[in-house]
Amino acid sequence: MDWTWLHKLASPPHAYRIAALLAPWFGWPAFLLIVVGLFGGLVLAPADYQQGDGFRILYVHAPSAWMSMFIYATMATAAAIGLIWRIKLAHGVAAASAPVGAWFTFLALATGSIWGKPMWGTWWVWDARLTSELILLFLYFGLIALRTSIEDRERADRATAVLAIVGVVNLPIIHYSVYWWNTLHQGATITKLGKPSISGDMLWPLLVMLAGFTLYYLAVLMTRLRAEILRRERDASWLRTELAA
Amino acid sequence: MTARTGAIDAVWLMYRRDLVLAFRHWDQLAQPVVFFAMVTTLFPLALSPELGELRQLAGGALWVAALLAALLGLEFLFRADHADGTLEQLLLSGQPLTLLSIAKGVAHWTICGLPLVLVSPLLAISLGVPAEALRTVMLSLALGTGILSALGAIGAALTLGLRRGSVLLSLLVLPLAMPALIFGARGIDMAILGDSARGPLLLLASMLVLALTLAPFAVAAALRISAE
Amino acid sequence: MNLTEFLAMGGYGAFVWPCFGLLVAVLIWNVVAARRLHADARRQALRRLAAGQERS
Repeated sequence: MDWTWLHKLASPPHAYRIAALLAPWFGWPAFLLIVVGLFGGLVLAPADYQQGDGFRILYVHAPSAWMSMFIYATMATAAAIGLIWRIKLAHGVAAASAPVGAWFTFLALATGSIWGKPMWGTWWVWDARLTSELILLFLYFGLIALRTSIEDRERADRATAVLAIVGVVNLPIIHYSVYWWNTLHQGATITKLGKPSISGDMLWPLLVMLAGFTLYYLAVLMTRLRAEILRRERDASWLRTELAA
Repeated sequence: MTARTGAIDAVWLMYRRDLVLAFRHWDQLAQPVVFFAMVTTLFPLALSPELGELRQLAGGALWVAALLAALLGLEFLFRADHADGTLEQLLLSGQPLTLLSIAKGVAHWTICGLPLVLVSPLLAISLGVPAEALRTVMLSLALGTGILSALGAIGAALTLGLRRGSVLLSLLVLPLAMPALIFGARGIDMAILGDSARGPLLLLASMLVLALTLAPFAVAAALRISAE
Repeated sequence: MNLTEFLAMGGYGAFVWPCFGLLVAVLIWNVVAARRLHADARRQALRRLAAGQERS
């Protein structure tokens, strides 16, 4: 199997140009999908039987939570690739993804918290999902903190890669233990953060938002990745021609 | 003409050396234990002198205190060796770094974790824990501090030589330690109520086994990354 | 359904709209931040190149 095309792809000048090309192809569809999803979720979807229009927060909360975990997994995979095969671009992907993932985690927490107020009367509940998201946020913070604490870029890349892998191995353990801990004090009732039984006309805006968020992440990733490539690049020749244009 | 040291011999030598070095500084050894006792004392002061009330929180209080005390002791794991260049020698020695990491980790547990476990019954009694539950307390903390030593070694290796490394270390290790905290504290609570704590303890044990199996690789990788 | 009903969101308006507002704010911010990062990286790279050229 001839892998030269992969190495060519991962070479900084190519990646830089391809990322520039791809960004609008991710960005504009993302914009469209999110607008459609917002319209579907806010206007078209029928109000929930129990929660009325309050349930519409789901259309922000659920996709954000999903993205927070998806991005973490992507980041850890990229970091592992960078560590094992020593591909700088993969480290760039990991570095670029962490802040975006953290923002989605924050969004999931904030919307989950706000959603809880009309549903349970308090601004915060130690619900299994919210608690898991909070711990995930701590994991993101740790990664970002470690990266900014190390001055040498290569050491920073590799150290955060190890931490990301350790984190991703721990994630299922954390999820399981938090879920278990949460069921202890509530007996049979498991709070699902007021997730209503989803009917078809409630579901499709959710899927659209999810697709939109994913494309959005990819679009932002392209731009951040370009910044990372520029920062890491030592060989000046292609930079000169590229940036002069 | 020097005979090559076998890997197992190297591990034992490493372990003994760390212990000998640690015991040269008694006062440093005592710090985590004293910290453990002090933090445990904070709970009655902050909450209530009533043993009946304290008993309900004892599992959590003991575990939080032990967790913080263990974090305190993690700093010493690699710092001295890094400072005087021993670590570089270890990396160059050709001995399998994963095994040496295990040696250092177990040594660290013997120095930091084990004392906490030995002192725990006294502190548990001070929080109103009944005598029947003391065995679970010690077992839970023994497994827990073991997990902490393993996870903490990863963090210590990653933050080697960094400014404000100890704060960063805590930031990195605490989220990873939360599952152990959940099961450890819960196990003690169950024992206090008179129930069998088998479930949580077995889960702790399996977490420890997982940590012992995987952490050495992460520690070795992190040491290489940090020291080069 | 008229505009006031829409904004009221069945009584949950005070909770629903901040959530969506937060979403829009975060989405916009991340785009802005990414572009700014790239622009900064570009500027610094150019500066590095210029300095390198002068030295050589």
